[in-house]
This record gives sequence, C-alpha cells and structure tokens, in this order.
Amino acid sequence: MADVISYREAVAEGIAREMRRDPTVVCLGEDIGEAGGVFKTTVGLRAEFGSERVWDTPISEQAIVGAAMGAAMTGMRPVAEIMFSDFLACCWDYLANEIPKVRYMTGGQVTVPLVVRTANGGGLGFGAQHSQATENWAFTIPGLKIAAPATPGDVIGMMAAAIRSDDPVVFFEHKALLATKGTPPPPDHVVELGRAAVVREGADVTLVALASMVPLALKAAELLSGEGIEAEVVDLRCLVPLDMSTVLASLGRTSRLVTVEENPYQGGWGGTLVSVVADEGFGLLDAPVRRVTGECVPLPFADALEEEVIPTVEKVVAAVRDLAAY
Amino acid sequence: MEPAELLAAYEQMAVIRRTEKAAHDLFLQGLVKGTTHLAAGHEAIAVGASAALRPDDYVFATYRGHHHALARGATPQECLAELMSRATGLCKAKGGSMHLTKAATGMLGSYAIVGAHLPMAAGAAWSARLRGTEQIAVAFFGDGATNIGAFHEALNLAAVWKLPVLFVCENNLYMEYTPIADVTAVPRPAADRAPGYGIPGEVVDGNDVVAVQEVVARLAGRARAGGGPALLEAETYRHFGHSRADPATYRPAEEVERWLKHDPLDLARGRLVELGVAPETITEADERASTVVREAVEVAKAAPPPDPREALTDVWADGGAAWRT
Repeated sequence: MADVISYREAVAEGIAREMRRDPTVVCLGEDIGEAGGVFKTTVGLRAEFGSERVWDTPISEQAIVGAAMGAAMTGMRPVAEIMFSDFLACCWDYLANEIPKVRYMTGGQVTVPLVVRTANGGGLGFGAQHSQATENWAFTIPGLKIAAPATPGDVIGMMAAAIRSDDPVVFFEHKALLATKGTPPPPDHVVELGRAAVVREGADVTLVALASMVPLALKAAELLSGEGIEAEVVDLRCLVPLDMSTVLASLGRTSRLVTVEENPYQGGWGGTLVSVVADEGFGLLDAPVRRVTGECVPLPFADALEEEVIPTVEKVVAAVRDLAAY
Repeated sequence: MEPAELLAAYEQMAVIRRTEKAAHDLFLQGLVKGTTHLAAGHEAIAVGASAALRPDDYVFATYRGHHHALARGATPQECLAELMSRATGLCKAKGGSMHLTKAATGMLGSYAIVGAHLPMAAGAAWSARLRGTEQIAVAFFGDGATNIGAFHEALNLAAVWKLPVLFVCENNLYMEYTPIADVTAVPRPAADRAPGYGIPGEVVDGNDVVAVQEVVARLAGRARAGGGPALLEAETYRHFGHSRADPATYRPAEEVERWLKHDPLDLARGRLVELGVAPETITEADERASTVVREAVEVAKAAPPPDPREALTDVWADGGAAWRT
C-alpha cells in the first residue's frame, strides 16, 4: 500500500477490507459499480468483488434503503450509498420510522446491521440541495448510530466498526475532506464507535468539532496559539454513541467550551452537547459556552455567500478570543 | 388442495376469524387500547398464501396484519396478549396491534407506514438470492399502498434485479375510508401496474383459499426458479371498518351484503362439503378453533403487564437504549 491514502480512497479501502473479511457484506447504491461512485469513493470494489456484491441501483432512494433493511434483517450486512446526504430526505421514512424502530417494536426480535453511507456537507459550491450538513437530522432519532470521520485513518477504522456493528449506522463522509490525505492504517484497524479523540492538547479552551470542522478547528487553534491561547481540540467522531466523558474530561482541563458545527444553530448537535455540559459539568465552566455553527439559512451557491453562512477559521478564532477574555 | 389440507386451512381461517372477533370484543371491554385494524374477511389470502409457502420464506405485512401473523406461526395467545399490553405479548407489548412480528417463523413484521415494507421484502428476497437459499419473500399490502412511491420503487428494483419476491395486494376496495377507484388512475390498482414493470400481474378471488393457494404456489415456484417477481391482486372485503374508529357507514348496504355472502369461511366450507368431508368434521374444526381462541383470551388476560423498565431495552443490539458512552 502507498505511503499516503486520500479520504476518498479510504472509503473504498475501508469497505474492501470488510468485504474481504466477511462474505455477507454487500454494497448497493446509485453509480457505485463500474462508475466507482460520483465521488469516486467506491473505485475498485466492482472489479474486486464483482456485480453480485456491488450492485448499481436505479435512482430510488426508498428502494435502496428499504432493500438494505430487508437484506440486513435476513443475514446480510449491506452498505448502502445515498449519494448526497441531502437525498436522505427521499428515504426519510426508512431512517426515521423503519430502521431505527424495528428492533424496539418487535421486542428485540430483529437485528438491522446495515450502514447507510452518504456524502455530507458544504464548502464546494454545490448549492442549497447538495450542500447540507444533515447529521442533525439523524441525531434526533433514537436507534441510529451516527459516524462522521475526519481523517482517512478514521474512515477506515470507523467503517470497519460500522459494518461490524449489529446496529444501523449512518456514515457521513464529508465532501470537503475527500481530497485530504493521511497515513494508511494497519490491517484490521478498527475505531470503536463512540470514542472521541483529543487531536490537539491545550489548557485554555476546548474546541469540540466533527468531520470537516476538525481540520478547521485545528487551524484556528494554531492561529490562537500565536496569540498565547492554547486550544484543546476534540474530534467527536460519532454523535451516537456520544462520547461525553472525553468532552467533560477536556473541559476539566480547560474550563471553557466552544462547539464547532457546520449544521445550523437551530437544532444542531452542539445544542445537545452543551446541554449535557450544563447538566453534568456546570461546575467545570469558568465562562459561558459558545457555539460556532452554520447560519439558519439554506446553503447559498456563491463562495462569498457560502463562507458567510458556514463556520470559517476566522469565526472560530473570534469566538475563542472572545471567550478567553471572559 | 387435498381435503385434509383444505380442512386445515379452514380451521386456521376459523382461528383467525375468532381471534379478530375476540380482539374486537376485548377492545369494547377496554382491554385493548390504541386501535386495531381487523382483517376479518381477508383470511383466505393469508392462509392460502401460507399454504403455498415454505416455512422459511419471509413475510412482510401491514398494520392490518393479524391474519398474516397467525397464518405464519404466531399463536392467538401471543397476539391477544400483545394487543392487551401483556408481558407475554408477541413483541413484549412494545409493538401492539399494528406491529405483530414473529421473526423466528419468518413473519418479519407488520409495518404501519403504508407501503414501506415493499422495498424491505425486495431486500429480503435479494438476501435470499445472495445466500443461495431459494427462499422467497412476500409483501402483503392494501390497495392504498399502490399509490405510494415505495411501491413503484420496490417493483422496479425487484424487476430489474429479478428478485424472488411476490407482491400481494389485498384489494378490499377502500383505501382507508375512500374508494380506491376514486383516487387511482387504473381500474386494477395493483395488477394493472404490473406491465409497467414488465412482470406478471394477476387477479385472484381473495376470498377463495384454494384459488389463492394455487396462484401463490405457481408464482412462488416461478420466483424460486429464478423467474423474478410477480404482482398478485387478491379481491376481498373487510368485514369491519378501516380501524376501530370507523363504523364504515360510507359503504353501500348492498355492497356489504354482497360481500358478506361471499365469505371466505363459507366458501371453504362449501368446497369441503363438495369434496365429501362430513359436516360434523367441519363442525369439529370450528369447535377446536373456538376453544383455542377462548383459552387464548383467558390466558392472555391473566398474564402480567410488562415491567416498566422494559421501556428502556431493545433499542440496540446489546439490549439497551444508551445513546452516549
């Protein structure tokens, strides 16, 4: 294997490792076969595993996720691709009403070990219907696990955990990270779902970020370091399970908290995270919490407009500066 | 059907009819909460289809699914206990009338969002094909589901992937409260759509258990042999309204009368007599069915309510419901 692997290559590599290991892993989605996916995240899978394990579907999001559910209930481990996360809305019944509830409402009789992968987030100028960060949508539903890796190594490790999970996992691959590169992880690398990572240590403020917001928070931390403010950066990696113990432990060291989320403030995961801090970690705080989020508007097209409404390094720096001075 | 097989089918239909009657009575007594969507009148579809299926085939049903659960191995006692919110219920009292499921016998659930389970059945059939088991999947649904997007997506996917799945429409003429004919562009809401997907579309008298068994056996055999999916429209009628809240006064009296005269149990009884089965043998089957259901009601009534702590189990595969570490 090469010395470096891109985030987009890591998606296919992560799936391939599990397909080699477990014959019940199969893939389905739009354009994932010969085309290798519109984001080239499934390149090579059809060539290695054939059309009986890598299935091109019609543009039928309900059928994709519904069929994945039926297959998962009957002995397979399907990995379904919904091309852009915005399109999850087309199969929302399955994500909101069917997949997460069937175990519960059957009294534990049915297991649904599936992964729904999707390309999430803005920053690429795709306009309002192809740019949303939608992990919040899934976050409101009991019964879905939510993974959103920030690095190629985590893509592979969390893909392994997601595919091996007996519970349904929605796996958000961030479009703005697809070209980023990292070191390929060793064979059988698994990152347990629900384990956040402290990706930068610092004593002054905790920045909690997810997916593309992680490198953004790290850049902000570097700039702040030049001003004498040392930020600790926590990569949350998963929203469910949510690793509050890592967040609270970090807060114990820094006493200040900023969440950095791409999705809108309204209903964002940061709201839940800070409410848990208020409930259980209020005594750890020496300042109010701050949330850097997207604005509550549809994502606009032009770069200048998009930058206006999603978090930027400057917005994070400004929020931290303000808080450090509190 | 051989006489013994038909007699067994008759008895199973009698058990279902009496269980539905019991569910109705228990609701009126305040022992069943929420709502029920009774399938009295639809028995021949569930029983005839089941008689044509292998025990390991998969069945997906709707919120009107008591008959499918019973036909596919759930006992009246488990079902009635579920309806009465007892710990011994089929789904530990977490599902209720609309979600009767017995996964161990291939009854993979009753789904209360109209049409949602058709893609799931396609997926189960896909899984069977991938695993090389020659199992098939069957989705039972109402006429109303034929205008849902998932119906069309599932049919197309099943057709292009040649999946071993049968889509069986129980056309009882009413989409909840509205005549299906008033809101559908074709006269046969299911069968007329089949040509659009290049698959067989057939119509059967859904109140004739023998006719249902025969057509399902033929279409199931075709699917099992790699012939792909089919769409079957079974004409039937509900004896009750859409749900407990519906007295069904919108149905013309002569229509109701005509269909009640075309009762699936009466039809089966007539066929048994034609085959030379003694009337007293049929009466004995009726009596056994009555006894089973009467005893099921008593046992279910006596069962305890669920432990409230059960509310926080069964979200995840580890048995729990924790969302944070």
